[in-house]
Amino acid sequence: MTPRFAPGVRLQEDKARDRWIVMAPERMFIPDEIALEVLRLVDGARDEAGIVTALAEKFAAPVEVIAADVRVMLDDLRDKGALRHD
Amino acid sequence: MIDAPLALLAELTHRCPLRCPYCSNPTELTRASGELSTAEWARVFQEAAALGCLQIHLSGGEPTARRDIVEIVAAARTAGLYTNLITAGVLLDAALMARLVEAGLDHVQLSVQDADEAGAERIGGMKGAQARKRAAAALVKQAGLPLTLNAVVHRQNLHNLPRLIEIALEWGAGRLEVAHVQYYGWALANRDALLPNRAQLDDATHIVEAARAAHRGRLVIDYVVPDYHAARPKACMGGWGRRFLAVSPAGNVLPCHAAESITGMVFANVRDTSLAEAWMGSDAFNMFRGTEWMPKPCQGCEHAERDWGGCRCQAFALTGNAANTDPACALSPHHAMLAEAVAEAGATEFRYREFS
Repeated sequence: MTPRFAPGVRLQEDKARDRWIVMAPERMFIPDEIALEVLRLVDGARDEAGIVTALAEKFAAPVEVIAADVRVMLDDLRDKGALRHD
Repeated sequence: MIDAPLALLAELTHRCPLRCPYCSNPTELTRASGELSTAEWARVFQEAAALGCLQIHLSGGEPTARRDIVEIVAAARTAGLYTNLITAGVLLDAALMARLVEAGLDHVQLSVQDADEAGAERIGGMKGAQARKRAAAALVKQAGLPLTLNAVVHRQNLHNLPRLIEIALEWGAGRLEVAHVQYYGWALANRDALLPNRAQLDDATHIVEAARAAHRGRLVIDYVVPDYHAARPKACMGGWGRRFLAVSPAGNVLPCHAAESITGMVFANVRDTSLAEAWMGSDAFNMFRGTEWMPKPCQGCEHAERDWGGCRCQAFALTGNAANTDPACALSPHHAMLAEAVAEAGATEFRYREFS
């Protein structure tokens, strides 16, 4: 599965408040640190396994642990309407 | 400590092919010769982003009436702003849509004046508008952009609310705004023809609630209630000078898009003042920011930081003093005016929006 941002949704830097924010039509929400790490890897090309591999390398953590976290995070973001899975 | 604004409403022009009798533009409209240039808008967008704005609403009048609308969208995206086009849709064609997408447009909000063609054309004052709007919605969807439909509702189209909801679904909108008319400017001049009665309002509220449940997950419905039937005022703009600022076609920096209706209020202009200075330091913003300015019954009221005294423009329009409590509040000494206006309403003819 390859997650991608839903139409009209994107990650945007909020420089004035020193944070990143998910912008969506007429609403916005603030991702926590883990969600932000995942969202930065969502480019419409990288599939879920690719995201897990990248994060496991970055944080030198076991793939199984990261995979479980990423799955929860992607499901949550999809429920919020921010992501779609193809 | 003054918090930074989250959103900027850029009223690019007052020109519009439609003549809606409830238009939120001031009754004294700015002509094309007085409008800010492309470069001036680009600078305003950079200043807005630096100040803390995340989102920009490109509105008007009709924003696509500007020949440089594509450059303006591109400038907003270059500034890093989430870019929303608020349009009547009647000037949109496939070529323009493609260029707007290329420029980075994020979202489109399309207005619709009524569900049936004759009603829509009469209310908007433009022949053939509805067919063009339907085509515009299709273009937005084909371009893969999210679509919000904005339906302003009132005495003369509320009977078509169920059909308006169907149109939102048919046209592929993910969001529908059902917005009762707010009465200042042109709408106040047409109040007798627009103000719904209590039964109409209650029907509308039930219809919206049922539709929300029926279309959950497919269509989000936002509902703006008319405060003439309310006991509590709306927290206009989420509080004066708290979240939001607007820039008029001529560059005036406004705490609310209707603020120019308040006679005697002086505004900073982006041609000689930075947006940050206007937000932090101008009298127009500081006059009604926070709670210190509030008269009784707002002063010390438990709702003071919830509704922020209501709408300044409505207080001015109805009582002649923008510093009064909004008459929409049941605690206002002027509250009875609203029930009187409701009792008097029932005219059918409109006074259309026009340049004087």
